[in-house]
Amino acid sequence: MHRYIVTRLLLAIPTLAGAAALVFVLMRLVPGDVCVIRLGSGGAHVDQAALALCRAQLGLDQSMLVQFLLFLKNYATFDFGISMWSGNPVWQEIMARLPVSLEVAVLATVIAILLAIPLGTISALKENSGLDHVVRVLAIAGIATPSFWLGIMSLILVLNITSLTSGTPWLPPIDYVPLWQDPVRNLSLVILPAITVGYRYSAVTMRLTRSAMLEVMREDYIRTARAKGLLEQIVVNRHALKNALLPVVTLIGIEFAFLIGGLVVTEQVFNLNGIGRLLVQAVQNQDNVLAQALVMLVVLVFVVTNLVVDVLYAWLDPRIRYS
Amino acid sequence: MSVPRCVWAGLGLAAAVAIAPAWAETPKQGGTLTYLIPADAPPSFDAHRETTYATIHTAAPYYSVLIRVPPDNPASTTEFVCDLCTEMPKPTDDGKTYTFKILQGVKFHDGSPLTAQDVATSWQYIIKPPKGVTSARQSYYEMVDSVSAPDDQTVVFKLKYATTAFLPALADPYAWIYKKDILEKDPHWYEKNIMGSGPFKMVKYEVGQSITGERNKDYYHKGLPHLDGIVGIFSPKQSVRVDALRADRAAIEFRGLPPSARDQLTKELGDKVWVQDSDWNCGNILTPNHQKKPFDDPRVRKALALAIDQWHGAPALAKIANVRTVGGIVFPGSPLAATKEELQKIAGFWPDIEKSRAEAKKLLKEAGAEGLKFELLNRNVDQPYKFVGTWVIGEWKKIGLNVEQKVVPTGPWFSNMRAGTFDVAMEANCQSVVNPVLDTGKYLPHKVYPENYGYYDDDKSIQLYEAMQHETDPAKVRTAMRAYETYTLDTQTHEIVLPYWYRIILGRSYVKGFKISPSHYLNQDLLSIWLDK
Amino acid sequence: MAVMTPTTAPADDAEALLRPHTILGRTINFARRKPLGTIGLLIVLVIIAAGICADWIAPFDPEENDFASMMVPPGLDHWLGTDQFGRDIFSRLVFGARTAMIVGFGAAVGGGIIGMVLGVTSAYFGGWFDLVLQRIFDILMAFPLIILALAVVSVFGTGVFNVVIAITIPLVPRCGRVVRASALAVRQVPYVDAARALGFGHARIVLCHMVPNVLAPFLILLSAFVGQAILAEASLSYLGLGVQEPVAAWGLMLQGSAEDYATTAPWIAIFPGLAIVLTVLGASLFGDALRDAIDPKLRDR
Repeated sequence: MHRYIVTRLLLAIPTLAGAAALVFVLMRLVPGDVCVIRLGSGGAHVDQAALALCRAQLGLDQSMLVQFLLFLKNYATFDFGISMWSGNPVWQEIMARLPVSLEVAVLATVIAILLAIPLGTISALKENSGLDHVVRVLAIAGIATPSFWLGIMSLILVLNITSLTSGTPWLPPIDYVPLWQDPVRNLSLVILPAITVGYRYSAVTMRLTRSAMLEVMREDYIRTARAKGLLEQIVVNRHALKNALLPVVTLIGIEFAFLIGGLVVTEQVFNLNGIGRLLVQAVQNQDNVLAQALVMLVVLVFVVTNLVVDVLYAWLDPRIRYS
Repeated sequence: MSVPRCVWAGLGLAAAVAIAPAWAETPKQGGTLTYLIPADAPPSFDAHRETTYATIHTAAPYYSVLIRVPPDNPASTTEFVCDLCTEMPKPTDDGKTYTFKILQGVKFHDGSPLTAQDVATSWQYIIKPPKGVTSARQSYYEMVDSVSAPDDQTVVFKLKYATTAFLPALADPYAWIYKKDILEKDPHWYEKNIMGSGPFKMVKYEVGQSITGERNKDYYHKGLPHLDGIVGIFSPKQSVRVDALRADRAAIEFRGLPPSARDQLTKELGDKVWVQDSDWNCGNILTPNHQKKPFDDPRVRKALALAIDQWHGAPALAKIANVRTVGGIVFPGSPLAATKEELQKIAGFWPDIEKSRAEAKKLLKEAGAEGLKFELLNRNVDQPYKFVGTWVIGEWKKIGLNVEQKVVPTGPWFSNMRAGTFDVAMEANCQSVVNPVLDTGKYLPHKVYPENYGYYDDDKSIQLYEAMQHETDPAKVRTAMRAYETYTLDTQTHEIVLPYWYRIILGRSYVKGFKISPSHYLNQDLLSIWLDK
Repeated sequence: MAVMTPTTAPADDAEALLRPHTILGRTINFARRKPLGTIGLLIVLVIIAAGICADWIAPFDPEENDFASMMVPPGLDHWLGTDQFGRDIFSRLVFGARTAMIVGFGAAVGGGIIGMVLGVTSAYFGGWFDLVLQRIFDILMAFPLIILALAVVSVFGTGVFNVVIAITIPLVPRCGRVVRASALAVRQVPYVDAARALGFGHARIVLCHMVPNVLAPFLILLSAFVGQAILAEASLSYLGLGVQEPVAAWGLMLQGSAEDYATTAPWIAIFPGLAIVLTVLGASLFGDALRDAIDPKLRDR
């Protein structure tokens, strides 16, 4: 077991290093640089002396190799650098945006679980019934709907409905207040984005719950339990669901890492000052340092989640360790 | 305080009289204004080094300037008034020396007094920054020889030559007055901190999301500002802003909305909102790359201009994009701008479009460039770049040109232009204070004006410009400007000027005291705004 | 990635599908057993037909601006209304189907085939080649699809072709991984060693013996990729980094000013969104049914 964990950990290192190299190269292949954007964004004049100064200060005049080695060295010592755009430490920029994104992500996960597990289970128990078909179409529609479009539509709906019913259109707040400061304002801001992201998330989970349940219900021990004359409810809750949930929980873990990708687009729709929007800004501003750090954060979350999932699986199922 | 106070009483009265007829109401004190900043948070708060309007919209309420466009008449293109000085000086020494008397008793937000030393040092950092310090508009002040403060009440600007471009340049909205001690200790301090002497004091900044300020009780213009507090929320997406105004999550935005949003909101909200609009000192221009064949041929460039039906296109485009007025190289509201008759003699502005297109086809045929196929490099910005781009491509199609639009984000757009890797580029010339002599520097050849991306070498153009630059008699400046304009747009067609942008400001009706200016950079200290709630 | 890895050899199950002998018979059989899948297939076929015959179906030029009829609501002249440039939305949707096909199929097929070739060769040769390739796949798969596509498109620039490339790249490892797992199972089967012993070339063994045996998971993935690619294109376009004006593309039709008009002229935003949902839904329904038919054990993996 220990050996397996160590191997998995060692394998994660080249993945992270490779991802870092890839991100580094990709960001630098983009034509133009942060200085031109910063000094020319007004549409008027780019002062040549100021441009040269800016580049020198950010180290953009050094060779790619030197920049890359510096980047590796800094990351190895957990120094994620200074944003080229704002001059603030990258961790500071990220920490300022993390609460919103995290809150939406957690809320979306809760919504997803609350929707997916009951619906997926019912759908499996009533396989091929009308209800099953409805749930399945609902689930596939969730995967097929771009979450930003769902966001736009929900905003239009909220605005128009409130406008029709009360005469004054209502919109969720456009600035974030922490939950403990003003729970009502906070929730009215995050609930819509959480639903739009959570719907897709729940759709994926619902499908897996259904199929996992179907598989488990065919297992021998379920037949045995039924043969013993146990109540169907007990069979489902105690035996089937419990066993079917393992892959579901895994998927929830993996999807959580990918949620950040989904937030990139959704945060635009709702003017959420989260890390998804920060990433888009960083890419637009060609703030390579910040963009790299954000992408590496996403990659890290993903790699760690996978690692944990793999180790958990190995722990539960000894066959994997030796294959 | 004795002298300036009475001067300010006079000026304040004048301002009150000027504002009164517009609204016919006495401003109420108090209230908090929530406004939208139509951008992502600026890279820094230091206006001396930044070029984005996001810096202005974020932090201008916290700073004072030396002179500015009149807050009660910001639409004026020729008038400038004091903020920190006691009166506008008459230049001496053949127009080469300007001596400003600085208001006494002005306090920075930290309680320390603001003197002529602070003003002079701030300007020195703008005009001749020390090594390692960035000044984004240094080149605006080429005519300045020196700035000094002989005593705590006087600031003297000495010029190398007299020019009409100086005073408008001095009214630059980015030229905030910083505290001398802080600048000298750490010239980068103002990038991350806000400490000025403006009408509002900064309370807190939520990184990337909002900035909050409160009334400066010690403000030197007595009775101002009217508001108790201000909150600016960053909202880069236009649909978010439109929705926020609709649902009254914010009361106003100061850059400009597209006409569709105006129509939508006024239709639905009726008298709950007001609209003010103005020509904008910004416009899109088309730059043919002279290094690429066949754009080295003036006949081809002229044909590109002749194909575009500006007089009919502009009104149609104005319904969907924030553009409106057809103009030449000078902002249409300026006395230096061409009249319609003058303009109609220039290629691309002929009143008869059929004749114009026939001439275009003839020129293309002569140049052997019939049915030319090329790429239009455009910036990934909806309003109005992509709208205007889509429109001109349609116009060019009418003389048989086959043009594809290549839309790229800001970074690659700049780098393509700077590297000269494009056929024709959609650019914008966007300026703050209307200062035609400075603003038209954009049309000078690359070697003297590095941000001209047409890559032409043309000494005649430089001669015409310099003649205008060194002229001080307004009538003669105007004549010189016509010669420069005709040469640039007609004789050589180095650039093609498209309709000027149109600024539409929409506010909730309880927001009062706002007056529109021709630029979203101007009059942003929120000094005269009050709430009728 | 334990959950994602199918562990069975699909060879036997694939044969089960092929039992009815005529194509028609098979189709009817499929339709009877998989009504949802058949609906999905029909939707996809309609979209493909629209894309191919766009020039004949569309009543208007999708790129022609008409300032006289901007934002006209749906009616007899313009069935689905017009957009902010006065362009006919129905025509743009029909031509948008073509763009969606190019992006969807282009990226899916491109990513799928490259992924399959790499996956099979990786499984066949094993050793260092396999190890290195798997690490590269690890790296590419550590990025959420949209983020990798975003990075690639900012390097290569926007436009239809570049968008296809940007979406193809993240799809390659996703296919390669699954195909490799299936191919590894095939690799164990004695006839591969037998073929090797008979002196067959690597290329022949890979192409004639291994590829046909991994076709089942490959086809299933392909149908899922089409939907993913269309969604990714929509997201890229929404961020302003996808297909560019004036090309008719669904994601682009939702981008920028379309959103501003959404409250007054909702048809501008509703129809392109519906087109995306419907197409991806169709592809997914069909893909699900196909998977159930080919290999029940791969269900919902």
